[in-house]
Amino acid sequence: MSATNTLRADLQLIADWVAPSSRVLDLGCGDGALLSWLNRHKAVRGYGVDFDVNNVVRCVEAGVNAIQGNLETGLAEFEDQRFDHVVLSQTIQAMHNTEQILVEMLRVGREAIVTFPNFGYWENRWQILQGHMPVSETIPYEWYNTPNIHWCMLGDFEALCAKNGIRVLERVVMNEEKRIHFLPNLRGSLAFYRVARQPG
Amino acid sequence: MSDLTRSVGIVQAQTAVFDTPLHLSSAAVLPTYQLCFETYGTLNAARSNAILICHALSGHHHVAGRYAADDKAAGWWDNMVGPGKPIDTNRFFVVGVNNLGGCHGSTGPSSINPATGQPWGSTFPVVTVPDWVRSQARLADRLGIARWAAIIGGSLGGMQALQWSIDYPERVAHALVIASAPKLSAQNIAFNDVARQAILTDPDFHGGDFYAQDAIPRRGLRLARMLGHITYLSDDGMGEKFGRMLKSGDYQFGFEVEFEIESYLRYQGDKFSDYFDANTYLLMTKALDYFDPAKDLNDDIVAALKKATARFMVASFTSDWRFSPERSREIVKALVAADKEVVYGEIESVHGHDAFLMLDEPYVNLMRAYLNRVAEEVTA
Repeated sequence: MSATNTLRADLQLIADWVAPSSRVLDLGCGDGALLSWLNRHKAVRGYGVDFDVNNVVRCVEAGVNAIQGNLETGLAEFEDQRFDHVVLSQTIQAMHNTEQILVEMLRVGREAIVTFPNFGYWENRWQILQGHMPVSETIPYEWYNTPNIHWCMLGDFEALCAKNGIRVLERVVMNEEKRIHFLPNLRGSLAFYRVARQPG
Repeated sequence: MSDLTRSVGIVQAQTAVFDTPLHLSSAAVLPTYQLCFETYGTLNAARSNAILICHALSGHHHVAGRYAADDKAAGWWDNMVGPGKPIDTNRFFVVGVNNLGGCHGSTGPSSINPATGQPWGSTFPVVTVPDWVRSQARLADRLGIARWAAIIGGSLGGMQALQWSIDYPERVAHALVIASAPKLSAQNIAFNDVARQAILTDPDFHGGDFYAQDAIPRRGLRLARMLGHITYLSDDGMGEKFGRMLKSGDYQFGFEVEFEIESYLRYQGDKFSDYFDANTYLLMTKALDYFDPAKDLNDDIVAALKKATARFMVASFTSDWRFSPERSREIVKALVAADKEVVYGEIESVHGHDAFLMLDEPYVNLMRAYLNRVAEEVTA
């Protein structure tokens, strides 16, 4: 199933950022689609981490090495600078310890790739103006059942990085599989960041 | 419970006799020995589909199937091993073995020492996990198995799987380490010693040479098993099954059996003392205590595991407090640090340490998915 050659567009963008033969840690890896693709196309080695045992099973079915674990308690299983890339795809907004996980990612990895739904997207703003919490393709929940607790916009995430001595290496903003260059914080629904620790 | 259509059916134990001396960790030497084992399924032409199942503390070679059609109980892991089951005997050739020091057909304290014509008794040497692994490697040679598709074990069995991957890296493709630990904690050793003291202080133990005295240290064995049993279950699991249920409906204000849990533990203890050997219990708990693959490497388990080339699956159970998930995570952490391939599942279960013998759904799914992976490699 996951052994298809096409990746979801957002995962493909992440995959493009991953160097061949590198070591990758995919946090909140779900069914392992990203790692499965990376294993086959870029000879990447690594592990997925997921809280849900059923996702671990799906990873095994996809030939991916997955480790069941709770990101909220940190990444104690992993030594410093063990990985080239640590990926956190559309999960950071659902975490309690948002700042801690960001710092942990750059403890265990040289680079981190973080993606999240951009709360500043105009449709979200529009729904708020109309008096409702936003519900959209990238935010498919009602306010009362959402796992998402820490919303941010591009500037907020970048400020958190700066506070922790983290440098933004690359930023891409997308909307329905198209890259947005003009007014990204207004027109982009999904944000992608490649970040690393500030040297020194 | 017994789904006979998915059973390996009627099975028979076999014996392999070895007359090349086996040098043990303790420096003692076993001049000759035999191992009792069972096999299920068919070894393929490439001899690449063999799986070794290592047993836990009170285990043996009878993993699956029955000895006779009217046998009440099947092998100890019958729900996991059989046609169409996660350890699928349609695809794998499965070997169960009774460890050295055991009391189910392999050479152990109740066997006759050929040098004296008497049971070994107290003179049977202490055996360790590496000793077992070495003896099992000889059995593999005998069966023509150069490399195991997988070695699987729970608890003490998981320790053997881990040791195999370190001592014979080229002979293990996958190691499945379930409800186990990289070494025992002080608390674990403490439990083991209480169990041993129960046996050692039983007046019928006679220093281990009770066989000739026509005695069996039943009371000690019974207590050891009752204690063990408590630690293998979880408080919740026990509460669910027994609660504070009384046998007669009201307090009797005495020391006879009143609560259902007392009745259950005594029954288990009695049953155990009927079929298990006291010296074997001492030896197996000692093997647990001594297990420490990093001992000669400055406690560096990562260095120990560096030698392994197997891929690993580690699983633990949330309510297991004898070998808690934290202990399994130590193994996972070391495997990751040693740059090994590893899958880890932490299974939600109320069954405590015994959960590795049960059929919690995510556990079965994980085993099935992982072993499918193993099987695909075998046929590829």
